[in-house]
Amino acid sequence: MGVYNQNLVFNIIEEYVDLTAYRLRGGYVALKNALEQQPEHSIKELKASGLRGRGGAAFPTASKIEMVRKNEETDRYIICNADEGEPGTFKDRFIMTHVPFQVIEGITIAAYLAGAEHGYIYVRHEYPEVQEILRESIKKAEDAGLLGENILGSGFRLKLEIFSGAGSYLCGEETALLSSIEGRKGRPRVKPPYPTQSGLWNKPTLINNVETLANIPKIIEKGAEWYRSIGTVDSTGTKLISLSGDVVNRGLIEVPFGITFVDDTRSILPNVHNRVKFFLHESCGKCTPCREGLRQANVILNKLLSGAAVEGDMALLERYTRAIQEASFCGLGQAAGNSLKSSLEYFHEEYLAACKQESHGEEETA
Amino acid sequence: MGTAEIKFIIKQLGEKKAPLLQVLLAIQDATPGKYLSEEAVNEIARILEVSRCRVYSTASFYSEISLKPRGLHLIRVCTNSPCENAGKEEIHNAIEQELGITIGQTTPDGIFTLESVNCLGACFMSPAIKVDDTLYGNLTPESVVSVLNSFRKEQSYGCI
Ligand SMILES: Cc1cc2nc3c(=O)[nH]c(=O)nc-3n(C[C@H](O)[C@H](O)[C@H](O)COP(=O)(O)O)c2cc1C
Ligand code: SF4
Ligand code: FES
Repeated sequence: MGVYNQNLVFNIIEEYVDLTAYRLRGGYVALKNALEQQPEHSIKELKASGLRGRGGAAFPTASKIEMVRKNEETDRYIICNADEGEPGTFKDRFIMTHVPFQVIEGITIAAYLAGAEHGYIYVRHEYPEVQEILRESIKKAEDAGLLGENILGSGFRLKLEIFSGAGSYLCGEETALLSSIEGRKGRPRVKPPYPTQSGLWNKPTLINNVETLANIPKIIEKGAEWYRSIGTVDSTGTKLISLSGDVVNRGLIEVPFGITFVDDTRSILPNVHNRVKFFLHESCGKCTPCREGLRQANVILNKLLSGAAVEGDMALLERYTRAIQEASFCGLGQAAGNSLKSSLEYFHEEYLAACKQESHGEEETA
Repeated sequence: MGTAEIKFIIKQLGEKKAPLLQVLLAIQDATPGKYLSEEAVNEIARILEVSRCRVYSTASFYSEISLKPRGLHLIRVCTNSPCENAGKEEIHNAIEQELGITIGQTTPDGIFTLESVNCLGACFMSPAIKVDDTLYGNLTPESVVSVLNSFRKEQSYGCI
């Protein structure tokens, strides 16, 4: 990165962009513009931009906002999902510590468009320094009339609060997140109803990822046409990529969609095993395929890595994988199944070799 | 942690309407040993007017919440692949050897508790650990021991 690039959304260069510096970069122009228009106007612009969610499902953001806006219930919530817990990912951390006001402006605009007056940023508990920066930034935005009551004299108000997670990866799943705020175990709920219809305290709720929301100010400020000129036809804009493997190139990069990066993968089986243990640890145990399937997958991987596996184990692992993938209740189990499946496909030879090996050097990690 | 203190914390978080999870975290934070005692659970249930069972069920779901006392300093070792590939095992061993405890245990002098944690979002400086609220990255078996020593030193000047 280095210098300010007009064709990027984040431009994460400085350690921390304070409110003054953010406004010099064009910050809060978008909020002012948005508040001077009817919400429909900006929703149309967002739709034209092609912005899709960055939290995993790539759902069109404008459609989600519209669903909340059109709900008859006018008591609505907005939630910024900052539970970032995917191993190897730190993009949301970087956004929040470097350009916190871009996140807050994005939330404020989205709240105005959705008609929500109360919002939370759900931040994982492992990010206390991020929570601190956000708390201070919320205070500064309030003092500057950019948040709170009567924002920029428009009559619109938004009360924004930090809500801390408590060490559950699953709470990043939107319905589990809702249960968590409501004071219960962070277990997923049946969808539908979707949070846009019945979310927090059964009220219509807009839930978006940090990166998604932080894209909004730039789109409103510079226009959908500008945004569409970056990336590909189907995936517009830029993407933040966390690089963690190769020591020389570690860090966060921002690239237009369409550019792919391959992070360092070494011997695949220990990494697959590590991921299975991660998912097993984070499984809430509500459904059998995820809970038991992952437990069995862990046993087989242990055998594979200790040289105790026999050929039938591969077929068994494939069977469990299919069950985990197809019968899990929520995205956690499905993601675990998908990642096992792709490892079995792409690294078939390595699995086969491990089945035949007498003994393997890899040590067991509990 | 006395009843008055618990009442005060809950009052600041919104009294009867205070969000349970935030109450649990705040009271854990303010309790010596960074945990939720049985008395605290009872008191929280009473003030928020929810069942004790509900408080326990929520508290035990989350790995950042502990129902047993922890040491003065909480060491958390990240266990995910990026850290593992960058030498997590070596620094984990160095910590265990230096302190004579394994994951989930507290040193006999009550200074350190060792826990594991999911990716700290610090993989740009793997292998990483956290001690209390501070991140340490790019660790080696030697540097992690000096990190631990810095907390010990702080302890001997402290006033417990
Ligand atoms: C197990 C699991 C964990 C998730 N964790 C996160 C997360 O940390 N942050 C996030 O934004 N979305 C996460 N999601 C996706 C959310 O459920 C939801 O789709 C997303 O917050 C919607 O925001 P978006 O439309 O801006 O992408 C997770 C999903 C699953 C199944
Ligand atoms: S798939 Fe796993 S995490 Fe999701 S509900 Fe089932 S057991 Fe819980
Ligand atoms: S994997 Fe250890 S900090 Fe991300």
